[in-house]
Amino acid sequence: MAREAAVWHVVRRRPAAAAGALIVALYVALALGAPWIARQDPTRTDWSQIRKAPSLAHPFGTDDLGRDGFARVIWGARISMQAGVFSILLAIAIGVPIGLAAGFYRGSFDQVIMRLTDAWLAFPFLILAIGLVTILGPSLTNATIAIGLGATPTYIRLTRGLVLATAAEDYVQSARALGAGDLRLMARHILPNIVSAIVVQATVAIPTAIIAEAVLSFLGLGVQPPAPSWGTMLNTAQQFLEQAPWMAYWPGLAIFVLTLSFNLAGDGLRDILDPRDS
Amino acid sequence: MVTLLVISGVVFVGVRMIPGDPARVLAGTDADAAGLEEIREKYGLNAPLPLQYARWLGLAVRGDLGESIRTRQPVRQTVAAKLPITIELACLSLLVAIAIAIPAGIVAAVRRNTVWDLLASGISLCGVSVPNFWLGIMLILLVSVRLGWLPASGFVPLGDDPLGNIKRMVMPALVLGAGLAAVLMRQTRNAMIEVLSADYVRTARAKGLAQPAVVVRHALRNGLIPVVTILGLQMGALMSGAVVTEQIFVIPGFGRLIVEAVFTRDYPVVQGVVLITASAYVLINLLVDVSYTVLNPRIRVRGTADGA
Repeated sequence: MAREAAVWHVVRRRPAAAAGALIVALYVALALGAPWIARQDPTRTDWSQIRKAPSLAHPFGTDDLGRDGFARVIWGARISMQAGVFSILLAIAIGVPIGLAAGFYRGSFDQVIMRLTDAWLAFPFLILAIGLVTILGPSLTNATIAIGLGATPTYIRLTRGLVLATAAEDYVQSARALGAGDLRLMARHILPNIVSAIVVQATVAIPTAIIAEAVLSFLGLGVQPPAPSWGTMLNTAQQFLEQAPWMAYWPGLAIFVLTLSFNLAGDGLRDILDPRDS
Repeated sequence: MVTLLVISGVVFVGVRMIPGDPARVLAGTDADAAGLEEIREKYGLNAPLPLQYARWLGLAVRGDLGESIRTRQPVRQTVAAKLPITIELACLSLLVAIAIAIPAGIVAAVRRNTVWDLLASGISLCGVSVPNFWLGIMLILLVSVRLGWLPASGFVPLGDDPLGNIKRMVMPALVLGAGLAAVLMRQTRNAMIEVLSADYVRTARAKGLAQPAVVVRHALRNGLIPVVTILGLQMGALMSGAVVTEQIFVIPGFGRLIVEAVFTRDYPVVQGVVLITASAYVLINLLVDVSYTVLNPRIRVRGTADGA
């Protein structure tokens, strides 16, 4: 009840956040409904339609191989969303349990984990991702894994910090006094209290991951042609800036609007889940 | 130190896991088995991994990072040639970011909840969200292709032609600085709002000090502490950004070097570059810690940063 009220409160007080959430939902719909929304095949080449300016038949123009820009941008949403969401889910799946254990057991285990995390964090995100993709080979799956592993140390740290604070709370101590085991303490008493912070972090991490996928694909280390990724599309577009600038407009705009909406929605979500901050 | 050791080990093992045989790259496509073997022997590629690592680390601490398998030049020399270019780019971007972010952040904080605040915060949000390589492409499209004001790409050494160098660096620095400016501006605004409501600032006002004096002399100094922290943490993003920016504007710096080295499986160069990058990042964050004590003498080794 209280949460629902808070949602409406935010919608009224922060229309920008609500609009952001709406646009993110729209992108999800586009990604899921790509086959029905984009009627043309995003990978079908047409030699009679090379680099045509936007028209009724091709609202976003065509690219250097005569492929429909609109279809490619729509299908690109699917790839971007996949990379963004799955990489962060991977980071959560690895980072949260490690951080939970480190914060709960403390001591030398914690020390070792934190040293490793520090070293992990010392690699600039992209350098780490480039290195991993080189080892694994360029593909959407591997780019997703690389981005996820890049985001993992942040989750380890966040979780550990939250656990340290939560484990000291009275109710956790009393649960322990009542004879609750370690696993029960972590799963039933600590985890539910830190979930909201983890979700809020995801709204910051997902747009970053989406940009990272675009960057890797732009560098040729992510999604491989002919699959339509916004980053790969921009890479091609850069070669035809003078002849076909529209090739560069739409994929970039798609990334920009999506990350902007995610950030707006994230701000709103923070207000709902963590009222103390505002 | 421990961090650096772990990093070096991870880099070394990681690079060895890259599929593809560097001996083959070296020898070319028409080499026979004996030729390949000879090259492996010469570069120590046949030795067991721990031995290769010990050898490499021993030399690395003495500043010798081996030689590039592709160009046969010492890695140190290659890096020394590329590094100044990227450092120039990074410094210019930093300058751009600070020049935009700090004044904008102060104005947004002082004129809180006005049109100016909304405008600054809105632009900052866009700056965080825009992918910088797209921003770069759009700038090239507008400034170079449409208006013809600045060259789209290429690089001229600063020493040879200072004006030509700056002309080619303006857009990359703007692109790389934009994202950083957005983050810094947000941080400056929040920190200044907090500091401006502090008691000592009210006291300064009550003494009759003029607004600029209060803001600059009293509030800014304390307000900058969290900003400096963020600046240090953003260095990693700056390095990542440099890789992409150099790629778009065809600047032959550190970032292009690593991408090239990765594509050609030039182990020693990749190792050297990643090791230097990670070390630089660790070092910069150490400097950030040190700068706290300069900005705020109350913070000593055991203290904690307030307001962060």
